[in-house]
This record gives sequence, C-alpha cells and structure tokens, in this order.
Amino acid sequence: MKKLMTGNEAVAYGAYLNGVRVGAAYPGTPSTQIMENFATYPGVFAEWAPNEKVAMDVAIGAAFAGTRSLVSTKHVGLNVAADSLFYAVYTGINAGMIIACADDPGMHSSQNEQDNRNYAKFAKLPMLEPADSEEAKQFAGIALEISETFDTPVIIRFVTRTSHSSSLVEVSPDQVPPPPGEPQPYKRNPEKHVMVPAFARRRHPVVEERIKKLAEYAETLSINRIEPGDDSIGIVAAGSVYQYAREVFPHATFLKLGMVYPLPKNIIRKFASMVKTLVVVEELDPFFEEQIRLMGIEVKGKEIFPMVGEFSPTLVRQCAVAAELINESGAEAEAVATMAVNAAAKLPIRPPILCPGCGHRGMFNVLREAGVLVLGDIGCYTLGVAPPLNALHFTGCMGASIGVAHGVDKGKTKDRFVALLGDSTFFHAGLHPIVDVLYNQGTTTTIIADNRTTGMTGHQHHPGTGYVLQGKPTKFIDIEKVVRGIGYEKVDVCDPYDMDTFRKVLEDHLESREPSVIIALKPCVLQTKEKHTPPRIDPELCTNCGSCLDIGCSPLIQEKDFVRIDPLLCNGCGLCMQVCPMEAIIRD
Amino acid sequence: MRKLDFLMAGVGGQGTILASNILAGAGVELGYDVKTAEVHGMAQRGGSVESHVRWGEKVYSPLVEQGKVDYVIGFEMLEAGRWPMYLHKDSVVLINRYRIPPPAVNLGKATYPPDQEIEAILSGKGSRILWIDATEIAKGLGNPAMVGVVLLGALSRLVGGAEDVWQSVIERQVPAKFVDLNIRAFQEGRSSMSA
Ligand SMILES: Cc1ncc(C[n+]2csc(CCOP(=O)(O)OP(=O)(O)O)c2C)c(N)n1
Repeated sequence: MKKLMTGNEAVAYGAYLNGVRVGAAYPGTPSTQIMENFATYPGVFAEWAPNEKVAMDVAIGAAFAGTRSLVSTKHVGLNVAADSLFYAVYTGINAGMIIACADDPGMHSSQNEQDNRNYAKFAKLPMLEPADSEEAKQFAGIALEISETFDTPVIIRFVTRTSHSSSLVEVSPDQVPPPPGEPQPYKRNPEKHVMVPAFARRRHPVVEERIKKLAEYAETLSINRIEPGDDSIGIVAAGSVYQYAREVFPHATFLKLGMVYPLPKNIIRKFASMVKTLVVVEELDPFFEEQIRLMGIEVKGKEIFPMVGEFSPTLVRQCAVAAELINESGAEAEAVATMAVNAAAKLPIRPPILCPGCGHRGMFNVLREAGVLVLGDIGCYTLGVAPPLNALHFTGCMGASIGVAHGVDKGKTKDRFVALLGDSTFFHAGLHPIVDVLYNQGTTTTIIADNRTTGMTGHQHHPGTGYVLQGKPTKFIDIEKVVRGIGYEKVDVCDPYDMDTFRKVLEDHLESREPSVIIALKPCVLQTKEKHTPPRIDPELCTNCGSCLDIGCSPLIQEKDFVRIDPLLCNGCGLCMQVCPMEAIIRD
Repeated sequence: MRKLDFLMAGVGGQGTILASNILAGAGVELGYDVKTAEVHGMAQRGGSVESHVRWGEKVYSPLVEQGKVDYVIGFEMLEAGRWPMYLHKDSVVLINRYRIPPPAVNLGKATYPPDQEIEAILSGKGSRILWIDATEIAKGLGNPAMVGVVLLGALSRLVGGAEDVWQSVIERQVPAKFVDLNIRAFQEGRSSMSA
C-alpha cells in the first residue's frame, strides 16, 4: 500500500521500522515534525530536549547503551550540537545512530542558509541525502546499517523541500520493527569512550581510516547510481535538486548521489568519462564541485548556478538556458508576460506578523514608548521588529540576547537597554548568559516573554510548560524560581496585556540599575484558544488618529475616515481599547 | 495520463495546508503519482503562504514550474494576484472574493488593489478567472474556516473525478466531528460552479 508522507514523516517511520527506540530533538523548522511523528510510534521513547546539544548527547547515550537512536535538528541546531557531534565521531557508538538534519535554503524560517554538507566533511562522518519521501524512509535503514558497520553516527540531510514535501511511500501494515534486545551490561572501554588526549590521539587515525573505508563502500552503494541517457551532458545531483534537474534535463545522463559524503570517486571518474560535459547542480555551496575539481576532472557548477538562495525547477531551467546547456526555453519564455509579473511584484507585501491577541504586542508597545534599546532573540517576538511596532534592535541566534545585552552594558552605551527572549529560548540557551550577568556584576534587565509554549515552530512543549512532547504532564520548571534560585533579587511577573502595570514595572527595573528579570507572562492565545467578543469602533467617536493602528494588529483596518475591526480576524483581546485616546473602541 | 499542477495561495491561518493535503489525497485516489510542497513555521503568522500540489504519471519536482500551473486557487484576492508568472494560456484561476488587507494597507501606506487590477495581472496570458464567494458560503455554514473545502468543491467540478472519491478523502482527513460540515461545504462549493 502507498501512502502520502512528508520527508519528515517518512524518516521517522523508517527509523521506527528499523528498531530505533530513542529519539531526542529540539524543535526547529523545517525539522520539527520528525520527532513529533517518531513520538507517535509504539514502544519508543521520544523527547523534546531543552536544546540540540542535549538532544545529541541523549541520542549518543542511548546508542552507547546499545539502543538505536535518532536525533533531529534544523541546520543551525547542528551548530549548537557540534561539540557533541565531533566527539561522537571519535568514540563511535554501540548501536546505530541517525542524525536527521534539515537545511533551509532560501531561509523560509531561519537566520542563515548554511550548507550542512560541510559538517560531514568537517566532522568526518557519512551523510546521506534523500530526494523524496520513499528514499527518506529507506535511507533510515541504510544509515543504521552503515552506522553499525562502521561504528559512527550517520547524518541524513534534508532541505525544506524534502522535509516538507509529500510523496508516496510504500507502507505495509504487517511490517513491524524487530523486537528490542535484552539490555546489555556496559562494557568498560576507556580507550574508546574517554576522550582524554592520550586516548583521543589513538582515535584520530581510526576516524581517518574509517572515512577512507566509507569512501570505498560508497562505490558499492546502489543509492549512488548512474542513470543512462544522452551523453552530451552529464548531471551530478542529489536531493530535491536532483528532482528539479530531472525535469529540466529529461534526456541527460545522471549521477544521482544518495550518499553525499564521502563521495564515490571511481564512480565519478567513470561517469565523467561517459559524458561530454559534466555539470554539478547543487544548492548553496560548491560541495561536490570542489571535490570533483580536486580530482582533476573538468566540471561546471557555480559558474552556472547561484551560491545563494533556494533552487526550483524554474531557476534551474533559467540558468541552464542562460548557459546554453539547453535551448528549449519554450514554456519559460512564454511564461514571462513581463507586464503582469512587474505589476504583481508591486502588490503590497504580506510579511508574517504577531497574531491578533498575542501578548507580545502589548509588551512591544510599551518598549517602543519607553524608547529602550531591545537586544532581542529568536521566536515569534522577533516579529516586533516589523512596522509599525519597530521595537526590536538586535537578533542574532538563539540565546544571544542576554550575552549581547551584557556586552552592550560593559561596552557602555548612552541608551537604556533590555535583553528580550522567549520562554523556550530561555531554556535553550538563556540560562548561561543570565548567570553571566549576575556573576560579572552587570546591570542588564532581562525580559522573558513567557507564552508557555514554543510558539514560532508551532507550539511544542518545553521544560517551562509542565508537559512533555506527548502532551503528558511532567515536573513544571518555574522560570521565576529558576532565576531567584540563581540569585536574582529583583524579579517580577507581569501580564503584558496590562500595559499600565507593565510600563511601571519596566521603568522601575530600568531605574534600579541592578541585574533583574521581568517575566512577561501571557499564554499564547492560539494554544489556549482564548477568545473574547471582538470590540467595534464607533465611527462617530473615531477621529481617525491612527493610535490603534500603531499596535500593528491585522483586524484593525483603515477605511477612508475611520478605522474598522474585522470580527473574523479579531481575537477580542482589547489591547486596542487601551490605546484609543477617544475611547471609541467599545465592546457591546 | 495528463499532468495537473495546482498552486494554492492564501494567508497563514486560512487552511491552505489542509486543503492541499485533501487535494493531494484526491490525486492519489484518482490514480496519479502526487507530490506536494509547502512551508510550515514562520509562514503561519499571517504572512503569504503558498502550497504546490502536482498530479501526473510520474512527478519529479514537488515544486511547480513557472508557466506550467494548471489551476491557481486563491484563498484571498491579493494573494491570488501574486502568481502570474506561473500561468499559461489555458490556466484557470479560482479566486475567493475576500480581502485581508496586508499591514501596509491597514496603515494607509498602500492601497488594496481593485478587482480589475487583479484580473488584469492574472489574465494577461488568456487564463480564465473564476470568482467565488467562498468565505460568504463558509460563513453561511456557520464556520469561516470551511473556506478551503468550499474552494475544493468548486475545483472538483473543474478538475473532474467522481464526487464520492473527493468526499471519501475529506472523510479520512478531517476530524470525525467535522465530517458532515466539511461535506456540506464541499457540496456547496461544488454546486456554486455548476455553470
Ligand atoms: C539553534 C536553533 N534551534 C531552533 C531554532 C528554531 N526556533 C526559532 S525560534 C524558536 C523558539 C521560540 O520559542 P520561544 O522562545 O518560546 O518564543 P515564541 O516563539 O513562543 O514567542 C525555535 C525553536 C533556531 N532558530 N535555532
């Protein structure tokens, strides 16, 4: 039987079928649904870890204990987990371990577009890349086999278009995972498992030897395959880009790589000798291209296709036509009814914004009025940067807010400033810098925008929600107690909807010039489904002054002489009623 | 076997993902190879969203190529207007007559394009434009969230395939307590296209 599945669903299914029983992850688009799906299978343990490094260590530990494991992450999460990734390549594992890692070319939902294939080369471990969901399922099994044969974790790389694309997957209801083995006693092996310099020095040659053996093995793997065709052009491609290239070059000869590191050099040599022009089509970095060129083979790649941004069949065709690799520009040339396309480009844009009813909105309104420098972080609250709120000044990566604020403090600024981060981000990477502020006698006021969920990635639990991944109750880790326990003396919890109170608390904290924490507590209304009767604006009373529009809430719509509220979009939070100087916004 | 490429365009929160899942399911049921592509996460927050759904004998790319889309389904008028580069002369554009002003319009910094402008952008190649009051129909059913299924009902009339095939997919994909409502929404959408 065939079933439509996303790549994320399929790799979770493949991992389950092949006996993976422990999974750990921190959410991150486009990888989030891998662990959400894995958690639905019977007999598995799956968790949201506070961050990717913890998730990686958990998966490594499970594999040490002899249980097949899975860790999933978005591309930048592997930066957070990199320290652990590198040691695991040295220590090896006692059972198969998959690292499912999803890049985000085009930055649909990310702060950068790094190409994580480089991690395979950097950390020296094998990497597979599926081109559709059926491959995602199958590659889970292959990855585990490689992992156990070669004593190394294996990365399965995704991109947004393989993670979040659906295609048909063979599922058979009678296919079940092998029964779990008996727990084994831990065999002490410090030379392999304790990475002190003396032992690590002995492990490094093992790692080098292993990657050489893996390169030999890559020559025998059927997922690296030559697809014969017209010999005038030979295309090397992997993943979703392979699919685009297949449409643009229907008759070409292809080398479809399922294992993207280490590369099968003999197959590549043979392939190059079969075709007149060798072209690598790859998104982001020239990862294959550089390695192939180093082999002394003439190859085209980034002179034709860009280093930046996401590919699509449209883009691959445009580049191929420009480079005269193909001349049939038919559909594409016809497509460009330039005038219409230009007119469409001028339509007003629609960026993501804070939802109606979001507690972050009241907080940003107060911060903007106060005119403070807001050293922010990553989450829904990053949307506070957009007009008309315009209330955020800095965002780098998760957890950067507090350390940067502390640096701003020590680097001396004339401005009043705060650090701002979310509750999930606090547990992810906020604990260490909040300790630093206290330890090194800073004066930073940290605002933790606590909406009791990981909002941005679609409402996942975290240590401060009181529930685990599966929605079952667990120990609630109280942020207020955590910061008081660390030693913060000035701590307030305050509802950011109540802007008068929030304003007073903020001013009090800023004036005190001591390290402090404000917990802006307002559970996400999408999560709690909190909704009230939408107010309406009395056009008689409305002077069209625009004060309500300044809070940037989408149901408030500018008409010719007044403002109107669209009741279909409105959440009824009443924030606009607080800012209207004419009291023209009324709830019947 | 013919190929059919669909693009669903709307505003985050309007239900384009559920609708594209149903459309994909219908394709499978009708014997096609099917692929879809969409973006989750950030795009939920009231921003522009687009889903690609492709039916064919053998589908490679999950993304539709520009100039090759057969049906654009606009959940919102302005969002429908963004996709002329995907159209060809025989494309059909189905537009829900419903406006959600984007932030710049709300702030009075831009104007919402009039219907004629959207039509002009989309009909340049000769594509057929069909308007439908899907939000009104959904509100009439007591639940504006039904807009996607209303649009699918209308689309099903254009695309073909037996009514019960589509309905069986809806039954499988929506929560049990909403099945009846969804089926009614589908049927109302379908009869709105009877012309
Ligand atoms: C290292 C890393 N992991 C994951 C992400 C994806 N991500 C972006 S924001 C965010 C969490 C936001 O949650 P929270 O801090 O509670 O703020 P909210 O969105 O709820 O306002 C996540 C997981 C990321 N950008 N970087």
